[in-house]
Amino acid sequence: MAKVKGDIKIDIEKCKGCVICVEACPEDVIAMSNEVNQKGYLFAVKIEDGCTGCTNCALVCPDAVITVYREVKQKKEQIAVITNVTENITVSVDK
Amino acid sequence: MSVETLDRIETKVFEKTKSLLDTEMHYCPGCGHGVAHRLIAEVIDEMNIVEDTIGVAPVGCSVFAYNYLGMDFSQAAHGRASAVATGIKRVLPEKYVFSYQGDGDLAAIGTGETIHTCNRGENILIIFINNGIYGMTGGQMAPTTLPNMKSTTSPFGRDTKSMGYPLKITELIAALPGTYYVTRQSVHKPLNVRRAKKAIQKGFEYQKLNKGTCFVEIVSNCPSNWKMTPVESNHWMDEHMLAFYPLGDIKVPNVKEA
Repeated sequence: MAKVKGDIKIDIEKCKGCVICVEACPEDVIAMSNEVNQKGYLFAVKIEDGCTGCTNCALVCPDAVITVYREVKQKKEQIAVITNVTENITVSVDK
Repeated sequence: MSVETLDRIETKVFEKTKSLLDTEMHYCPGCGHGVAHRLIAEVIDEMNIVEDTIGVAPVGCSVFAYNYLGMDFSQAAHGRASAVATGIKRVLPEKYVFSYQGDGDLAAIGTGETIHTCNRGENILIIFINNGIYGMTGGQMAPTTLPNMKSTTSPFGRDTKSMGYPLKITELIAALPGTYYVTRQSVHKPLNVRRAKKAIQKGFEYQKLNKGTCFVEIVSNCPSNWKMTPVESNHWMDEHMLAFYPLGDIKVPNVKEA
């Protein structure tokens, strides 16, 4: 089964480096950086692509610095029926 | 010719809710207060009652709750948040009123106010953050401190012979007929966060029914005063705090009545 793809964005200046998100991530895609932010905390960074967008990290983040995105599969709909094609044609569909 | 695929679209599934303001919180790294604040803001935004909600902040670490939550707020004297919330609710009965209190506030100096508010069955929601210690003043022993737990005023551990036993105030007030919904939750794991959010949502929804006080205890951590890292403190809480303060609903309304 293909995995759901997700992504996270971390507001590194507001992160306090509590490491709770690293603990909560089931895919181990979050780690702590080697640098510090303006407040002097080591901040959380995404290190791998395995994110599934499960929102676990964002749920436990005490400072609400994580925004989670997820690629959602849409159902394919039939939008046009083309019959009796004799020559090369171009079909364009407005969203 | 460009081919566009329509079957995958990236959507935002989680972001900071609007009524949780952008102000940076003063809480220590890993503190459960931040999650509790966010859950309250999320519930209020989802119910669309920002304009109709009044909160009461306590004395303690969460004394500045009004800086982080974007709704009407009042701040009460130490332990008196439930009394102030009672007054607000009686003058403005159509508003949603909640008090946000810690264990030093609600279970120590404000025990009288808490018990009588719940006994009168005031239609407010009390959110009680229990971390078993006085966080703001430097980690002194609170009534909710566990037996043998070290604090600055019990450096050899709480000796129940001389210092008494921890107070399970949630069970105490659940026995009062004025309370309608009493529950104990925590916010240290994603699953618990989801459950805690549902509990807070129920608390706000039951206010419409005017049936009595709703009481949501959130067992939380205090990494700074427990002298642990945030992750260690969550594990310690899981092992020790939750063994003494088991999670779950303590008093649920009779569905037939509602």
